Amino acid sequence: MPVALETVDLEKHFGGIAAVAGVSLKVEKGARHALIGPNGAGKTTVINLLTGVLRPSAGRILLEGEDITLLEAYKRVQRGLARTFQINQLFLDLTPLESVGLAIAERMGTGAQWWRLVGSSPPVVEEIVEILTRFHLTDVMYERTGNLPYGKQRLVEIALAIACRPRVLLLDEPAAGVPEDERHEILATVAALPADVTVLLIEHDMDIVFSFADRISVLVNGALFVDGPPEEVARDPRVKAVYLGESLDA
Amino acid sequence: MPTPLTEQVARHLAARARWGALEYAFWLAALASVFLLSGRYLILTEIAWLALFALSLDLILGYAGIISLGHAAFFGLGSYSAALLAKHGIIHEPVLALFVSGLAAALLGFATSFLVLRGSDLTRLMVTLGVALIMREIANQIPQVTGGADGLQGVVVAPILGMFEFDIFGKVAYVYCLIVLFVLFLLARRVVYSPFGLSLRAVKGNPLRSASIGISVNARLVAVYTFAAFYAGVAGALLAQTTAFASLDVFSLERSADLLLVLIIGGTGYLYGGLIGAVAFKLIQDALATFDPQYWQYWIGLLLVLLVLFGRIYGAAIAVAVFAISYWLRLSFFECAVILLLIGFGYRHIRRWLDLVDARVADLMRGARSARVAFLQRKP
Repeated sequence: MPVALETVDLEKHFGGIAAVAGVSLKVEKGARHALIGPNGAGKTTVINLLTGVLRPSAGRILLEGEDITLLEAYKRVQRGLARTFQINQLFLDLTPLESVGLAIAERMGTGAQWWRLVGSSPPVVEEIVEILTRFHLTDVMYERTGNLPYGKQRLVEIALAIACRPRVLLLDEPAAGVPEDERHEILATVAALPADVTVLLIEHDMDIVFSFADRISVLVNGALFVDGPPEEVARDPRVKAVYLGESLDA
Repeated sequence: MPTPLTEQVARHLAARARWGALEYAFWLAALASVFLLSGRYLILTEIAWLALFALSLDLILGYAGIISLGHAAFFGLGSYSAALLAKHGIIHEPVLALFVSGLAAALLGFATSFLVLRGSDLTRLMVTLGVALIMREIANQIPQVTGGADGLQGVVVAPILGMFEFDIFGKVAYVYCLIVLFVLFLLARRVVYSPFGLSLRAVKGNPLRSASIGISVNARLVAVYTFAAFYAGVAGALLAQTTAFASLDVFSLERSADLLLVLIIGGTGYLYGGLIGAVAFKLIQDALATFDPQYWQYWIGLLLVLLVLFGRIYGAAIAVAVFAISYWLRLSFFECAVILLLIGFGYRHIRRWLDLVDARVADLMRGARSARVAFLQRKP
């Protein structure tokens, strides 16, 4: 299988602390790859490095074989790398309609047009409707995003990433904070992602991880601990000791 | 394939940019002022270029979230450019000179935009302030070009388009400023309702997310800053052309600060804030200067404090009340200050009353709305 996303000896230091210490991760094309680890293991830092929010202290990042280590965040999105955030990062004053439209227009290269009115481009409008329908957001699409219930906001969060039509999608705890009865809606949309989209999932909930992932990497103290198929990871006594042990005992 | 839903969405998006009744009213009133207020062309002209200047600041502050305390840098450069172009006969025709002056300011805007990309609001305040101070000092240091502290004298402005000569009543000047304001307003309106304009609001709301949906945040900020600088330059050029003069105070901190006041009075992020603010600011300034020539700035300050404390409506109402009382009772400056202190100490109580009033008004509105719905849904 070709590799969609790869890191080579990736490191990030905050002062004297190594949040990420030499991570070499390979995510295969079309994979459903989960990155797990205890709190403070450096998972979100890895995502921030991959997406260009943070600059690595050392190491390289390759997207479909191309070195993107020094590429600006927005250019990585244009090359097909999109993400969601663990804590919602939304345009609270805009409607879901406008937010999704922004991402689509940007991808189609019409986002900087200043002489046309918003909504005057039929392909953009059609895709807005398609995505909002898929995420069950059409009933709230004219409302201010900041006024929506949390579950709906979480859907907007994912819809925004999908609107970028990524080839590699990074999901940072997509179901975090969502009430139990609204979870299935989010998980269903994640499960329904096209098979050719490579997904790297960060998740705390082991049920989600094992029902979703076909490969799991365990991050402990900023370093890759174990990397393999779910059965193998689940059997690994070291993983049980540092990570699964906690949740099994609980 | 257009479906009912896509059509509905397209209609909804198109409706965002539709002209409202109040907008028509505003511009009709502006047009009417040309015919009905013929004795006040001087102040009307000042309002027109101030409105354009405030519109410029609103573009970066209200839409892109860039605060500036040095917007006079662009205003001043536009002003001197227009005055110099006219004085030395480089470009005689005022409209073309106006455009070129705007471009000069835009160039400065582009060059300094990279300074405001980084940093917080406070950094931006200081950096923009610094740029304006530097511009002022440069103008001060080259008196052979700018006339230095005496200002640039001997400017003669040619007829507009070679046809309309500036008259002594200021009618041509006012109509000229109003038309420029209207044309540039239309352009700004177009821009803020475009995908570019929407992306500015996204960048203002959440730059992190903007970048992660592929928006080049810095490029958008550079673009809007340059665009706004053009507007400020044109506003400054209008001042120079209508007064046939340019002096160092076009760069002054006071001018930049007054501009923020205009937007505080009028509000930001809906394009009319600068326009309405400019009208209100100039009229208030004018009225106060007539009533109280010595201390009129005190009253502007009072109004500002009350606006911030109590919101636009209540703040203005309380300011008018204090003003009326002190005017009637012929209170001294000191006595007025005591009244203000009392308001300050009673702030919590006043705020509580006002919240009660707000709740009551909201109740009434809700009642009126349900009555209207009941009326509309009544059985025949």
